Amino acid sequence: MTVTQPAPSQAPAAVAAVGADMFAAAVEAQAVPVERVDWKPPMEGTVDDLATVAADPLRRDANALAVKRMLDVQAMLVGVAPASELLGLEKGQFLHAGPPIEWARASGPLRGALMGAAAFEGLVEDPEDAVALFESGTDVTLEPCHHRGAVGPMAGVVSPSMWMFVLEDPATGRRTYCSLNEGLGKVLRYGAYSAEVLTRLRWMRDSLGPLLAEAVTAAGPIDATAILGQMLQMGDEAHNRNRAGTLMLMRDLAPHLVRSSRPAEEVAEAFAFVGGNDHFFLNVAMPACKLALDAARDIEGSTMVVAMARNGTDFGIQVSGTGDQWFTGPAQLADGLFLGDYGPDDANPDIGDSAITETAGIGGFAMAAAPAIVRFVGGTVPDALATSRRMREITIGENDRWPIPVLDFAGAATGIDVSSVCRTGILPQINTGMAGKQAGVGQVGAGLVTPPASIFPAALAALAERTRERAGA
Amino acid sequence: MTVEHVEIRAGAYADSVALLQVSRDVAATPGVVAAQVAMATELNLEVLAGMGFTLPPASPNDMVVALRVDDEGVVPAALAAVDAALAAARKGAAGGGDTTLAAPRTTGSALRRAGGGLALVSVPGASALVEAMDAIDAGSDVMVFSDNVPVEQELAMKRIARDRGLLVMGPDCGTAVVGGVGLGFANTTEPGRVGIVAASGTGCQQVLALLDHAGVGVSAALGVGGRDLSSAIGGISTMTALDRLDADPTIEQVIVVSKPPAAEVAAAVEEYAAGLGTPVRFALLGAGQPDITTQVEGLLADLGVAVPEWPTWGSPATSVGGSALRGLFVGGTLCDEAMLIAAESLGGIRSNIPLSPELALGSDLTAPGHLMIDFGDDGLTRGRAHPMIDPTLRLDQLTKVAQDPETAVVLLDVVLGHGAQDDPAADLAPAIAAARAARDVPVVVACVGTSADPQGLERQAQALADAGAEVHLSNAAATRRALALVPGGSL
Repeated sequence: MTVTQPAPSQAPAAVAAVGADMFAAAVEAQAVPVERVDWKPPMEGTVDDLATVAADPLRRDANALAVKRMLDVQAMLVGVAPASELLGLEKGQFLHAGPPIEWARASGPLRGALMGAAAFEGLVEDPEDAVALFESGTDVTLEPCHHRGAVGPMAGVVSPSMWMFVLEDPATGRRTYCSLNEGLGKVLRYGAYSAEVLTRLRWMRDSLGPLLAEAVTAAGPIDATAILGQMLQMGDEAHNRNRAGTLMLMRDLAPHLVRSSRPAEEVAEAFAFVGGNDHFFLNVAMPACKLALDAARDIEGSTMVVAMARNGTDFGIQVSGTGDQWFTGPAQLADGLFLGDYGPDDANPDIGDSAITETAGIGGFAMAAAPAIVRFVGGTVPDALATSRRMREITIGENDRWPIPVLDFAGAATGIDVSSVCRTGILPQINTGMAGKQAGVGQVGAGLVTPPASIFPAALAALAERTRERAGA
Repeated sequence: MTVEHVEIRAGAYADSVALLQVSRDVAATPGVVAAQVAMATELNLEVLAGMGFTLPPASPNDMVVALRVDDEGVVPAALAAVDAALAAARKGAAGGGDTTLAAPRTTGSALRRAGGGLALVSVPGASALVEAMDAIDAGSDVMVFSDNVPVEQELAMKRIARDRGLLVMGPDCGTAVVGGVGLGFANTTEPGRVGIVAASGTGCQQVLALLDHAGVGVSAALGVGGRDLSSAIGGISTMTALDRLDADPTIEQVIVVSKPPAAEVAAAVEEYAAGLGTPVRFALLGAGQPDITTQVEGLLADLGVAVPEWPTWGSPATSVGGSALRGLFVGGTLCDEAMLIAAESLGGIRSNIPLSPELALGSDLTAPGHLMIDFGDDGLTRGRAHPMIDPTLRLDQLTKVAQDPETAVVLLDVVLGHGAQDDPAADLAPAIAAARAARDVPVVVACVGTSADPQGLERQAQALADAGAEVHLSNAAATRRALALVPGGSL
């Protein structure tokens, strides 16, 4: 055995002390630097499962592998095409954000988006008629985006005729998908389905989609992972602020848009639309994050969260070491600022797959990189710094390709550890938009939200159960 | 007519040591008759019920504030005192410096910030493995002071540490010295050529104290936890510690001190040690085995150092009748050693850490005949501080056994060093004097410490002697003196 530790006759360079302060004080009195842990008891009912999982001989290396696989992914934007083509989605099949849910339990904004999408696909004339269609359940199916390698912001509804970004990891050929961003306000993803919403969706199908497809193909693969790294240097956190990312994408596509086969008026319209929608890049950031996180799935013994997603009713997480199982609890109401006369009573609980950005270490986790929007989500700059630092207490590693300048270029906190969440009670911090709870209303505000605490002990229990089964086998 | 005020603070937490201080501070508030601020563990709830408080339901993660005051008007002041004391207790944990940087919440986070180092874990036993594994994952050695760690968890963490070349000191490791730095309860000694491996905290402290008196320095004392040489653990940390000391060129002689080990594990470890370059002496307690003092004398002979006379203080104790030996210990190994010595002439001794199961004491800790109690045992520290920090339980018991006409002699230990009470004699000497004023029972004390300890060996020993006790540096010598005062006890 190789002894790599300092000789026992040499004083330790530093001591990390957890527990009774008198021992820390006694060491400090002997002139050894002490780092004290502010320890608190773990979440109720988790003590035994925490010990089981901590003692799992697979855990450390499984988590290191999960983080490495995630960080090794290069997410390249390689194409834009209709969902029917990319996912084989057929008429009557709808994808949605979050964990699985049926119409009966669906929230207002998800219902509104599904109703709009049904009209968009020509299943009904009037979106209001879609209610009976979805209630009957015949000829329509609902499935989470995540089950098809996709992610969708807010309601996240995808139907066959919608065009999607395609992100690919060149090393493995794996792909992920996300619809095109419609902008803010009255939009389908916030549950609005008025005529203007449907008109915009048709324009995106007939003009924007084909134009982007042509430009992306001509541009060749665009490195979304690198753009994300640059965004963090430019005041974006890639969830509620995507302004720099949107402009960088437009910069890369501009020559190819101009040279496309489409008429100049269409190209100008596309420029105006993308340039006027600061969230356009969100729908590239999200599948880029999913592509990286999917690489970390299905590693036995890993306690790393690979997806956080909400459908407006339930908040669900998936964990590397527990396969495709969802751990769900009630989605929470965000705390933040409201548009116009809207107030807390108008808001729907948390919704959307966009928490994939936080799962990957940006969004709310990288709030310190985006001081410009801290007030938009109801916070202060010191809050933002504290949040980004606090998230490091529940993550496994950091992402050197996504450094945060104000934190002295520390990499984004990466790989939420279910155990660390249960130990510290620190919940992942998510920046989010707020949808109106009535179908058809659209966006009512934006703010900060956390997952329901109960889903982390539930995931931990499943991890512990698997650990015990393996040990017993 | 006093007034009772009990409140449950859900989710509030402070460690048992901090809460002891809080309770004391609050009890000192004018108008407060009794105050107990504690986590609502089963044991603490029993203590509170015993104090006569009526308690609402609470979980162990809740804090209970229980006050008995002169009248209702005192309650606000008492609660303010609780908050002030809790705030003062928290200050240490939050640390100073940049106020925008919150303290780390896990051992892993603390080690990342410190850039590595040694981890020192003293959280409640059920959470100790989780913190220790952070250190093992970070490539750091770890000392686990916590007790009440399940044995299968101890085995799991030690196996993983061994596979990664790391040392787990503990769990229930009271004492370690690494490069002259004392961790947990450790005595202040000069660095020197001896290395100690200790499956026993107070056994280690006895060796440190005796070697210090003999003028021999110790550079490293690696605690391994009291169960390391059990069949369940198999000496994993002992062997790692032996490797470390063997590889250190400054260490010329090693001594292994342990509570009674499993025979097959002791044999395996002795065989392992025989293959090392550094000579290793084994001081393993057991029936028919030499006591620790004898082993230290052998070690001194190995080193070519003359064995000094072990010091005593006070005048020789004299008998007042009675037939039973009553030992009240804070050090588990000192209790074991005393029982082993006494059993040779007295036979079975009832104890909460009995040498054989039929000698086990009930939870009331009383029995006719010879009796020795280890107040540092897991069963008596669940949810409260170690008796080296909080002497309350032992002081209560001292008063009881001294008044019992059956008691022929009271045998006590006092353990000094970092981490222990600032001035143990300040509580114990008056208690001895009071007990002897009621009944002139002989009291023999083993006072384990060094001159350089924060409490000062001579000052403590003299204070106890002034209260009427006969005081020894050697626990074995103290035990033999006590035996001489018990009918049938002389060897």
